Amino acid sequence: MKLKTWKELPAGAVITEPGSARNFKTGSWRSYRPRWIEENCIQCLFCWVYCPDMSIVTKEGKMTGIDYDFCKGCGICALECPGKKGQKALVMEEEGK
Amino acid sequence: MADSLVEIRWHGRGGQGTVTAAKVFADACLSGGRYTQAFPEYGPERAGAPLKAYNRIGSKQLRLHCPVTKPNIVSVVDATLLDAIDITDGAPDDASFIINTSKEPKEIRAKIKAKSTQKVFTIDATTISVDTIGRVMPNTPMVGALTKVSGLLSLEHVLEDMTKSFGKKFSQKIIDGNIQAVTRGFGEVKEG
Amino acid sequence: MGKKIGITGNEAIANAMRIANPDVCGAFPITPATEIMQRFCTFVSNGEVKTETVLAESEHSAMSACIGASAAGGRVATATAAQGLALMWEMLFIASGLRLPIVMGVANRALSAPLNIHGDHSDGMGARDCGWIHLYCEDAQEGYDNMLQAFRIGEHKDLRLPVMVGIDGFITSHSIQTAEYLDDDVARKFVGEYQQTLPALLDIKNPVSMGALILTDYYHEYRKAHEQVMMRVFKVVEDIGKEFEKISGRPYGLFESYRLEDAEVAIVVMSSAAGTTKEVVDEYRAKGIKAGLLKPRLYRPFPYTQIAEALKHVKAIAVLDRADCWGGSYGPLFTDITGALYGLDKKPVLINKIYGLGGRDYMPDQAEYTFNELIDLAKGGKVKAVKEYIGVRE
Repeated sequence: MKLKTWKELPAGAVITEPGSARNFKTGSWRSYRPRWIEENCIQCLFCWVYCPDMSIVTKEGKMTGIDYDFCKGCGICALECPGKKGQKALVMEEEGK
Repeated sequence: MADSLVEIRWHGRGGQGTVTAAKVFADACLSGGRYTQAFPEYGPERAGAPLKAYNRIGSKQLRLHCPVTKPNIVSVVDATLLDAIDITDGAPDDASFIINTSKEPKEIRAKIKAKSTQKVFTIDATTISVDTIGRVMPNTPMVGALTKVSGLLSLEHVLEDMTKSFGKKFSQKIIDGNIQAVTRGFGEVKEG
Repeated sequence: MGKKIGITGNEAIANAMRIANPDVCGAFPITPATEIMQRFCTFVSNGEVKTETVLAESEHSAMSACIGASAAGGRVATATAAQGLALMWEMLFIASGLRLPIVMGVANRALSAPLNIHGDHSDGMGARDCGWIHLYCEDAQEGYDNMLQAFRIGEHKDLRLPVMVGIDGFITSHSIQTAEYLDDDVARKFVGEYQQTLPALLDIKNPVSMGALILTDYYHEYRKAHEQVMMRVFKVVEDIGKEFEKISGRPYGLFESYRLEDAEVAIVVMSSAAGTTKEVVDEYRAKGIKAGLLKPRLYRPFPYTQIAEALKHVKAIAVLDRADCWGGSYGPLFTDITGALYGLDKKPVLINKIYGLGGRDYMPDQAEYTFNELIDLAKGGKVKAVKEYIGVRE
């Protein structure tokens, strides 16, 4: 991204574009990635509640996947996931493997 | 009006209304396009502590923003100060002194060692204020005496101005007392 | 034209605030500025203004409230002095960095310790590099006039910067002086309704974020941008000064030159001491000595080029500072003046006098003492000491 010169800056460093955090894909910060194992998912949506980065994708009230553009790999979803019969529906795996 | 500047120094004690007297006098002098200043020498503001206040009354814009050191008129609201400080300090040869005391001007002249070219006036402002306002407020008769001695404005004008500014805050009884106090101060000031 | 009245400097500032009718005033009392807000709160109580007053628990909070209100999109004013201004210091940068046109009356006062409530410029000088516009006043009249103009200057669409207006503590803030108010409707028309020309927090149709973290990639650019917007202040101050002269008859520029055009010796001094010095200039002129004075009005941004132009022909100049920069060699105004004159091929001889700290009286004899030294220097005399405290017991 080309950085702006001092002449192009908004007065007072005001951010005028709502939700502009969406432009900064933070998924690249991840060293561990969560993997969703659908057959172990009971759709409790604990992952959706706990995810600090709103990276749990849902559709019609159901968990459908993970938004890897913004997931930083913190692992909270995997920690909180109750799974099914002791089998977690979210597990952390090393990135790039 | 020819260029003129009258500088006044007030000596009083905290709580006697000396600063107020300087302000009332400055306000009254505003008419006729005159420029005025009224300001005290601020210190620790304790009742009874000696204090000084100043007036400048001039025909031109007043640019000096410093204490008066060569007063044309010195107004002493509390005569006990005569033993504590030199109220004649810096006063030029043609200066006038107005002292609140029941004593005769001659006696005061000797006490303050005024030069023969300087004028000494006395006024029993304390007694007048007790008679008219009902308590010790010597500053009010002093405004009357200063009006007379300075010759800067008429008694009627001062009374009118005072009535106007007091009217908003005080009862008619208090205003009447003050008017009487100023009038008697104007009438009873003695030279000697 | 208004009627001549007797007012204190604080009353003058409060009355200009009444005309501006700010949406919000966040304030905390401190001598000698307390009377400004006290008087202003009377206007609030009497319904003469529609201001929401926020009486905060400290000056830091007062300025924070002002910042919040200004960011929300309202006209904001406040007042302070000395330790109060010092406690605001952190927030002053936030107000200017966010480009919030807060207007603040300052009754300039010495800084503690030793504890002192009287007039000097230590407080204002301490805040001189906070990105605010600074205007300094000689008397109550200028307090009223500059405070009115401050709203126009700070809120100008090309600037959007906070402005502080300094009057000398006690000397001006508490002295009753003859001054003239404009007719209220004329003054109101001059100040005008508040216009929000930058995005505001309460503009819910155009949501914005303020106070974002700006790191190494952009902070430097933002500071350069601030330096540049400060350079736009001169023209705005001059234009608004001319407009104000039309309605008041009182001229206002970046600084005041008094008998300076052909002066061989000159004193540069701000605020109330300038008035006292003018009397001495007249006295020396009457004796045939070409004495003059330059009184900075706009202190920040400092009009370096214009001041250099006004002073370049003078043979010897004394800069009088009512504050000192301990360990920084010279007084703050002196370093600004020397900086302004540095580019000249032929420079005037310059000396620095520190005067009037903690309300020490500045008397005409101090100006005379200074002019006498300048006369000697103008004749080729040697500078004995560049910097000297005057009116001090040795």
